[in-house]
Amino acid sequence: MAIKPNTAFLASYRIYVGLFFVFLAAPLVAAGVFAFNDSLFPSLPWQGFTLDWFFNDSEPKLGMFHDRRLLRGLYYSFVIASFVSLLSVFVGTCNAFLFVRCKFPAKDFFYIMMVLPLVIPGVILGISILLLASNIANGAEEALSLDLDFLRPGIVLVVLGQFSFITTITSLVIIARLRKFDASMEEAAYNLGASRARVLRTITLPFLFPAMAAAGIVAFLVSFENFNTTLFLVGSEAPLTITMYDRMVKVGSTPVLNAVSFFLMIGSALLALVSILVQRDKPQT
Amino acid sequence: MMQRDIKRLSLILLFAPFALWILLLIILPHLGMFYISLREKVGPRMYEFGLENYINFFTEPIYWNTLIRTGSMSLLVTVLALLLGFPIAYYIAKIAGNRTRGALFLMCLIPLWVSDLIRAFGWILLLRETGIISSSLQWAGLINTPIEFLYNDATVIMGLVYTVILFMIVPLVSTLDGMDDAMIEAGYNLGGNGPTVLRRIIIPYAMPGIVSGCIVVFMLTAGSYLTPILLGGKNSSWFTEQIYDQFITRYNWESGAAFGFLLLAFTSLVVWGGLKLSGQTLNSTVARS
Repeated sequence: MAIKPNTAFLASYRIYVGLFFVFLAAPLVAAGVFAFNDSLFPSLPWQGFTLDWFFNDSEPKLGMFHDRRLLRGLYYSFVIASFVSLLSVFVGTCNAFLFVRCKFPAKDFFYIMMVLPLVIPGVILGISILLLASNIANGAEEALSLDLDFLRPGIVLVVLGQFSFITTITSLVIIARLRKFDASMEEAAYNLGASRARVLRTITLPFLFPAMAAAGIVAFLVSFENFNTTLFLVGSEAPLTITMYDRMVKVGSTPVLNAVSFFLMIGSALLALVSILVQRDKPQT
Repeated sequence: MMQRDIKRLSLILLFAPFALWILLLIILPHLGMFYISLREKVGPRMYEFGLENYINFFTEPIYWNTLIRTGSMSLLVTVLALLLGFPIAYYIAKIAGNRTRGALFLMCLIPLWVSDLIRAFGWILLLRETGIISSSLQWAGLINTPIEFLYNDATVIMGLVYTVILFMIVPLVSTLDGMDDAMIEAGYNLGGNGPTVLRRIIIPYAMPGIVSGCIVVFMLTAGSYLTPILLGGKNSSWFTEQIYDQFITRYNWESGAAFGFLLLAFTSLVVWGGLKLSGQTLNSTVARS
């Protein structure tokens, strides 16, 4: 312990920290608990425990696993998040080698360019990509009468929009790991006569793998929950957050949204746990 | 010679994805947005170049009022997040025992992975007229009629602080974690009291973390969409809502692009000013990894 303040101060400090965590948990608990309330509205009084909002197959209590639109949203979210995650880990790994291993002019400037997407508001990324893609598509249609459908709002643009800033996150995670790499391990392998490709495959990439996996999971989660960028790029294949938002605004809150919230919270908590476990350094042997 | 060629080739191969990403998804779209913001629709497929969209913004008070309101509320949220979050970060990094530290830090991270939408939804369930807090207060006999806690500025600010405070705490914890306890003890041994040690030793040390947290928090708040709309209702007058309105409701992309560019310029200006004032750079704060 750094400071030894008096006990009264420490006690009130502890109470503040405790209250803060209650504040953090309150809305999450509220969103999760009503998934199990046997009522048509997510509000008190408590009408008894039920799993209908997950599994019931008929109106008025249509459970989330029988709700076509929610399931479609879940599916699209999954597809989008998988693509974003793979793409951003690939580019992030290239960026890591570029910025840690290579020497080239104006490197600091390019590094700032790499970080920049993180400080651009998501809404702006969304509209700027929408504008560029639509203009190219319009231009191609007028000049060449080409129909570039993938540049219209839809799944491709959503993936590109999310990829544009998630890549910064994956790059930073993988760069941090590559910086810790002990170059003498590679040199030893070269001295033993290994080729570049082989050193990369058997030494460097296995060392980087935990960071790549963790970055992939983070990318997946950030993509899954993204709203601001997606909002402007979405076409008819709406991911889950957009579907939920529509339902919330148009239909109002029903406990099926609580069920989805509960499901998502458990899912992301588990994935986050996995990302922490893979990144933990194994004890040196 | 061969070795050098391989080096150059691998540099080019590694640079290509980076260049494509930054050029096609960041630079070109923003240049395009700026270009479109400078033209005005005068008829079907007829455009005129000029500053008309920007002049509209400054002559229509509701537009620039919204931007000023968004900016000042975002600053307030940033300050509140720093004041509320700093003690928590300090507790996690310096006071908690080794075991509780990891657990508390994880608890801070868990809401980070829950979407804004779910968090706002949770607040709605707590705060609305038929919500948990209102009905609990009625049940306890403290109030007679239901109270609506939603749709006012205080709730919007509370909700925004809630949404972004983790982005303040995480960089602060990692900065304070690297601080040697001996520095604090030395401050006390030299006769400093609590506030002096805090002001002269801890805060200067934590500055990169503070600036980094403030930049990210300000940017996220100014660019947020869901929390102000869901907790503040239709009249929350948040600037991102105006942008959405121009794009989707009015289908006036030229003016929407101008608004987007103004928001970007405004947030960049504040971030730049914050960096200058604190004597930090983007590399020493946000990009620290």
